[in-house]
Amino acid sequence: MRDGDYLTHLQRLEAESIHIMREVAAETENPVMLYSIGKDSSVMLHLAMKAFHPAPPPFPLLHVDTRWKFREMYAFRDRMARELGLDLIVHINPEGVERDINPFTHGSALHTDIMKTESLKQALSAHGFDAAFGGARRDEEKSRAKERIFSFRTAQHRWDPKNQRPELWKLYNARKHKGESIRVFPLSNWTELDIWQYIYLKDIPIVPLYFAAERPVVRRDNALIMVDDDRMPLEPGEEPEMKKVRFRTLGCYPLTGAIESGADTLPGIIQEMLLTRTSERQGRVIDHDSAASMEKKKQEGYF
Amino acid sequence: MSHVQDELIASDIEAYLKQHEHKGLLRFLTCGSVDDGKSTLIGRLLFDSQMLFEDQLAAIEKDSKKWGTQADAMDLALLVDGLAAEREQGITIDVAYRFFSTQQRKFIVADTPGHEQYTRNMVTGASTADAAVILVDARHGVLTQTRRHSYLVHLLGIRHIILAINKMDLVDYDPAVFRRIVDDYRAFADLIGMEDFTAIPVSALKGDNILHPSPAMHWFHGPTLMGCLETVEVDETRMQRAPVRLPVQWVNRPNLDFRGFCGTLAGGILHPGDRVRVLPSGKETRVARIVSDEGDRPRALAGESITLTLEDEIDVSRGSVICGADAPAQVADQFEARIVWMHEEPLYPGRTYLMKAGVQTVQATVTDIKYQVNVNTLERLAADTLELNGIGVCNISLDRPIPFDPYEENRDMGSFIFIDRFEHHTVGAGMIDFALRRAHNIHLQHVDVDKAARAALKGHRPGVIWFTGLSGSGKSTVANRVEEKLHALGVHTYLLDGDNVRHGLNRDLGFTEEDRVENIRRIAEVSRLMVDAGLIVLTAFISPFRSERRLARDRLEDGEFVEVFMDTPLEVAEQRDPKGLYRKARRGELKNFTGIDSPYEPPENPEVTLDGAHLDVEAASNRVIQALRDQGMIPR
Repeated sequence: MRDGDYLTHLQRLEAESIHIMREVAAETENPVMLYSIGKDSSVMLHLAMKAFHPAPPPFPLLHVDTRWKFREMYAFRDRMARELGLDLIVHINPEGVERDINPFTHGSALHTDIMKTESLKQALSAHGFDAAFGGARRDEEKSRAKERIFSFRTAQHRWDPKNQRPELWKLYNARKHKGESIRVFPLSNWTELDIWQYIYLKDIPIVPLYFAAERPVVRRDNALIMVDDDRMPLEPGEEPEMKKVRFRTLGCYPLTGAIESGADTLPGIIQEMLLTRTSERQGRVIDHDSAASMEKKKQEGYF
Repeated sequence: MSHVQDELIASDIEAYLKQHEHKGLLRFLTCGSVDDGKSTLIGRLLFDSQMLFEDQLAAIEKDSKKWGTQADAMDLALLVDGLAAEREQGITIDVAYRFFSTQQRKFIVADTPGHEQYTRNMVTGASTADAAVILVDARHGVLTQTRRHSYLVHLLGIRHIILAINKMDLVDYDPAVFRRIVDDYRAFADLIGMEDFTAIPVSALKGDNILHPSPAMHWFHGPTLMGCLETVEVDETRMQRAPVRLPVQWVNRPNLDFRGFCGTLAGGILHPGDRVRVLPSGKETRVARIVSDEGDRPRALAGESITLTLEDEIDVSRGSVICGADAPAQVADQFEARIVWMHEEPLYPGRTYLMKAGVQTVQATVTDIKYQVNVNTLERLAADTLELNGIGVCNISLDRPIPFDPYEENRDMGSFIFIDRFEHHTVGAGMIDFALRRAHNIHLQHVDVDKAARAALKGHRPGVIWFTGLSGSGKSTVANRVEEKLHALGVHTYLLDGDNVRHGLNRDLGFTEEDRVENIRRIAEVSRLMVDAGLIVLTAFISPFRSERRLARDRLEDGEFVEVFMDTPLEVAEQRDPKGLYRKARRGELKNFTGIDSPYEPPENPEVTLDGAHLDVEAASNRVIQALRDQGMIPR
């Protein structure tokens, strides 16, 4: 990685992320790392292992599960926790289970609200976590471009974009009142390309769904949805067909569109990303409503 | 992302990745007034470096129709304006970070607003920037805002200043206009001690001299804006030539055999075997290993987050700084510093703040605001306080010595933030200029140890806050809250109430009228002694008689006594009856109970009267604290 006497952009991003994680470990009482199993989480976890090497990270991982992730994601999650010897907490909103909330019957908005937003708040409150790392990046979407790295939430988990603390130099103010918590975004300054380049450079394991393979899909509302298990109700006449596809982002399988692709290596994925002209979040149904929708969701407590 | 122009991506992706692995990173900020075209410039950089996605473009085109100011053309500014509320106002109101990259570098742009009330945001953006692009409208030249922005980026120690003279298309690309503005600016730069800047004539709207030399301005032979951004030196690279500094963030101790010290190298190049001195202890040893998950490393560069071990077992904890033994940092507890105030509640000298400097947090007091700088005129003004967006040169005093370097020599070792001890907001930011040596001499001076001398140690004046009112009126509740708040402000307090007085000092006293007078006399006397010791005393007793309260007041000097009347009607107090005393008195089991069979004489001119019937403890305690400020007992 070293070449000459300057730090490369990836080295500087890595150093910044590690600095942030160590500050949180030192200045908060009960931190946790949100682990979504996606590629950004993989990079964040890799950086956490690096930051505290040879010790394990001094915080557990938390996966807020909706029960609708791809099967390969669950397998990958459990393998990573086992191999790295990490403490993994899985939280599923019990009310959601009781009411059998799912994206097919209840639609994406309600499903996301109950199984992600509400569930996350439940888990953070139940364990008394006062700081939670998230893998969000500022380049993902406009409202995130203005969010601080240390982002405060009221006891009701609300974000107030008008009342953010100034963040100067490397001096992070982690002080808060009882009941308040912080979301910390150590990958704030990474872009999608940086993430992929770092995964390639460091050979970081990621869920195989990112690589193109033959998978059973149906076409709905202009998106290719993978039929990951038999819970997916098929419309009359709808017949899953095998296509060579991959995923640019991973979420709940019924809400995540696949793209047709032949990219089955990391350089192939990066090449395809650089040559295509649609941004990453387009695969996620959640952002489509309006440009300001994420800002609103964040104010309500979505991560 | 259409790097389609980049043939390499299509033909040999692995070679492309190899090339881009070696890219550097530059952080810069853009500043200009609302109409200078700042957002358009950033939009242009993103657009021309082809970092826009098709769906983002579609969204902007859609937004342009709804919000845009460029008639039919796509409004590049809309790329940059983030939050919904800001779009409605048509201005950027916070710091936003944007990313783009070229073959040479990745760039992080801090986009900060231009108007006066948001100095705070500009300073925030400047604190992490290696370079600043200052936009000037060619039609208007150097304005007050230009001067203000330039002063601020210079204040924050940014070494590379690029003066982008924008909207050249609107002045017919006239070189005379450009040169006149450059001359004006140079005069100002000299005035503030800015050594160098690079002026470039551009049109962000048309793309002139942004990525490519402008065909309309052959008379200009300098770099394009992008060319300049791709070549200026990154601050961290410069810091490799500075002395070794590792502020220890975290001690890594997985087992008894390993003790690693983690931190971000704030200066120098470090190798195993290097001699180091640990501050503040001053102990010396050598670096044993630089440990990483990819194996031990032969060296570490400024800017890297590292873990190292030392040859000897010496005391190192979070906040220690591991320094090159040949050029260690200084250690001091009093400084002259430049402070930028960032909160609606002003900075008051004498008030205690938390100060986070590097990775350590100490308590700090501004002992003197030497002067305030008017950023528009650069005039030095006398000041008692610093208001939001005020910039002052101040003396500060800490509760213990810290290792530091002057900000000019090392930004990470000389910067700090002030945090409100009670609300936890980040209220100010500062840069250390030098240590005040006065600290060494103070103990040699002969000082008469009297009330004034003791008070001077405290940073506030002594006095008594005398709460009076019926039993159950809320005296203790408010007094307790006031004490908590004063304590958080760094005030040395003591609360006298029935619990700590009746059981000790006054346990020989009963409740006859005579004993009650003696009770209050003793309390007044103890209060006076504590005031002499420099404390602020709170008393919470019914103290029903005017004459005793008069006595307590007369034992003190003018301005040292604050009478607080808890104005609560008897019915309300009796209904609350927290200790069951009214019921006992009504049943005749308690004699001489105030309000029942003994009178309460309300104060005639109390300093503060609080509505005890509709008690809002927060508001009530704030009013008392305000009264102390008005009286000059605690700083404003």
